[in-house]
Amino acid sequence: MSLIAQVLKGRRATGALAAASLAGALMTAPAVSARAEVFNPDSFTLENGLQVVVVENHRAPVVTHMIWYKVGSADEPPGKSGIAHFLEHLMFKGTETVPPGQFSEQVARVGGNENAFTTDDYTAYFQTVAVEHLELMMKLEADRMANLRLTDEIVLPERDVILEERRQRVENDPSSELQEVARATLFLHHPYGIPTIGWAHEIERLTTEDAIAFYDRWYAPNNAIVVISGDVTAEQVRPLAEKYYGAIPRRAVPERLRVQEPPPLAPRRVELASPRVQQPSWRRSYQAPSHNRGNTEHAYPLEVLAEILGGGPTSRLYRSLVVDQGVASGISAWYRPNAVDLTTFGIAAIPRPGRSVDELEAALEAELAALLADGVTEAEVAAAKTVLTAEAIKARDSLSGPARVIGAALATGRTLEDVEAWPDRIRAVTVDQIKAAARAVLVPAASVTAVLLPEETS
Amino acid sequence: MSRFLAAIRRLAIEAAGTVAIAILCVLPAAAAVDVQRVVSPGGIEAWLVEDHTTPVISVSIAFRGGAALDPPGKEGLAEMVSTLLDEGAGDLDSTAFQQRIADLALDYGFDANRDSFNGSMRTLTEHRDAAFELLGLSLSAPRFDSDAVERMRAQLLARLARDANDPGNIARRVWWSTVFPDHPYGRPTEGTPESLRAITIDDLRGFVGRRFGLDNLEIGVVGDIDAATLGPLLDKTFGKLPRSVEPYELPEAVFRSPGAVVVVERDVPQSVVLFGHDAVKRDDPDFYAAAVLNYILGGGGFSSRLMTEVREKRGLAYSVATYLSTLDFAGLIVGQVATQNARVAESLEIIRREWSRMREEGPTEQELADAKTYLIGSYPLRMTTTSSLADVLTAIQLEDLPIDYMEKRTAYFEAVTMDDVRRVARRLLHPDRLVAVVVGKPEGVTPTQDPPDGAI
Repeated sequence: MSLIAQVLKGRRATGALAAASLAGALMTAPAVSARAEVFNPDSFTLENGLQVVVVENHRAPVVTHMIWYKVGSADEPPGKSGIAHFLEHLMFKGTETVPPGQFSEQVARVGGNENAFTTDDYTAYFQTVAVEHLELMMKLEADRMANLRLTDEIVLPERDVILEERRQRVENDPSSELQEVARATLFLHHPYGIPTIGWAHEIERLTTEDAIAFYDRWYAPNNAIVVISGDVTAEQVRPLAEKYYGAIPRRAVPERLRVQEPPPLAPRRVELASPRVQQPSWRRSYQAPSHNRGNTEHAYPLEVLAEILGGGPTSRLYRSLVVDQGVASGISAWYRPNAVDLTTFGIAAIPRPGRSVDELEAALEAELAALLADGVTEAEVAAAKTVLTAEAIKARDSLSGPARVIGAALATGRTLEDVEAWPDRIRAVTVDQIKAAARAVLVPAASVTAVLLPEETS
Repeated sequence: MSRFLAAIRRLAIEAAGTVAIAILCVLPAAAAVDVQRVVSPGGIEAWLVEDHTTPVISVSIAFRGGAALDPPGKEGLAEMVSTLLDEGAGDLDSTAFQQRIADLALDYGFDANRDSFNGSMRTLTEHRDAAFELLGLSLSAPRFDSDAVERMRAQLLARLARDANDPGNIARRVWWSTVFPDHPYGRPTEGTPESLRAITIDDLRGFVGRRFGLDNLEIGVVGDIDAATLGPLLDKTFGKLPRSVEPYELPEAVFRSPGAVVVVERDVPQSVVLFGHDAVKRDDPDFYAAAVLNYILGGGGFSSRLMTEVREKRGLAYSVATYLSTLDFAGLIVGQVATQNARVAESLEIIRREWSRMREEGPTEQELADAKTYLIGSYPLRMTTTSSLADVLTAIQLEDLPIDYMEKRTAYFEAVTMDDVRRVARRLLHPDRLVAVVVGKPEGVTPTQDPPDGAI
């Protein structure tokens, strides 16, 4: 998703553009949140260690079936960047009994929709189908967990596909190129600095053997979570799960031991000026604690803070910079608490036509200084909680939404209790906690500022 | 069982019934869909599907007539109106209006396309009355205060500037202006920097006055509300709109191109190609066969012929897809592919070859059966949220389809025969008529004409 698509208007709009942006966001940063009275999930674990979660939704005789593997691009061996995502593509390329292409054809033949995605921390595959085809989906998904068969003949054209995907997502778009550099600069040592799709020069050298080695290392039932949302019960799912997934033996899976960041010592700044840019933009990312790493007590306050600062047209930064000062035409802020290691707190803005990036940045710095000095108000906190807790209710108005929220949480070390307690924990956040979190996290030395500029032409 | 549940259950069972042909199992007969026609005391009609599973209500509205009616030199007018209806209305200025949206935790927004102007809202049941009241204010008393107008103008200009060098965006603008040089469909719905700057507050009011009338409005409502409650709410919400607005007419957009290759040079590693030509409109008797044909050729996710030939076998692109664009005054089949500059000629050649092969040979029996089961079976998946089903209800009304369309749709697809698809393939697919716009630095692609003046 481009920076500007993300910050323009910053509203929960319903147009095609907004829908596309939301879809993009889901592919990289599941941000919808859960609520105790909302999902009421059932869960059980098979003898081989596979966890199964069922969220009942009887609105329609349809189910979303997802499998989440607790492995992502941050778990790749050095020099093999992109292998987690490459393997995700190759999982559609056939098993001992299902020839290449047949997985997708069988899903389509029953009227199903399917896809998959990879992030730093997890890899997920999903299908949405009429409920009577759930068994077929579980059979197919279990089959490719254990019986993937790859040959150079089908792997090598797919590597070209991935290079085209990289050109499409990154190299054809200076904003994405800059974002890749910014992230590599924010994380000096941790593999979060490496793009999930991989560096082009390393993708070009990935082999069938690399993919098989990664698959053998990580794709095991005891390293996976199945989440099913829809017109079924746990009682109905259990025998199917035992029949298909239960037949796959547990295997040793390595711990996710990633190198960690050194203490951040200096603010970083990256600028890209390109003749392919007309609209300048500005973006800052801070290293931030997640629910797992760093000062985890700041996680819930940071969620509320992101909503207060840049959650929409009533947010503090939008009101100040867009409405009152007219120095920006769009602004947003975000924070994603679910990560195995550290995460980021981000702010992005684009200057209003006729105003410079420098003016915009000065105005933002003044707002951040005021935030650190004075914190936020009770009224701001109350308004943010209203929006966030309503989002939790709306998350039920969806089939795949609950599966995505739960999968992303469990795949990064959270529990179902954490998911269910989310609204209560958001409601419990105080003004003082937000001030403390802002002071701890919005530290220049832990930040990278990325500026995209048109190239000056004579 | 909620009414919504019954409706969707019916759809899915129909789908399963067709699948049964392929997998040889027997499924029960279906019950009836229950889309309710609600007419308010004041005579305003909405289509309603009740569903009380979640305490939310979604409303989708559409006025006929969209960006194609933007006056020449004011392109982007409908789009600009769509950004301003939540920027102040009635006694509420922009800040107060946005505060209401936030306090009520609404999803709220508008957008314009070539043929219609659309709005949608999702509210928690507890805020139902206040939410409908706000929607009524947006439509009947938008303020268009000058500070809000300038702010939205700045946002739209920023978006144009962002997209100005995006290869996909350039390809779209050039393609539409190439195939419809003399029709409003050829003009950019998002405007140009010059046209956006030329739009006045009177223009914005003029659009609302010409388009926002009850005889021009379609409404779909889905969720935690019943007909008795909705009826009076319709009057309160929409009753202040004029009974009727001036009708409009546009000429048919005739596709006259003999086929063309247009190259727009840009220094990017990957060329983006938009390709297509004329096809069928939504009310054409061949529409269903054309939809089946499109699915097999390029519309069907990972299984289409283009996806197989371009991506799976040769690794030429991450995605290649075609779709039917059914507008009020034109019908088109359009596709897009993105391939590294050195191999874009190869992608284009394969696409032309597949176009010809389908025209000459038609699909296989298996492809036909698979396409029909997918197009029937996947339909209910579009309706798993209240907002997506509300949009479907409005879209059905905009197409002048009957209230039981969702039931009938299955039979329309089931009725498509191999002869139909072969005949429609010969009628519709014309590789020599393809207009391809290539943006990038393609190797081995020879342009046959220049982009139209002012298109980039």
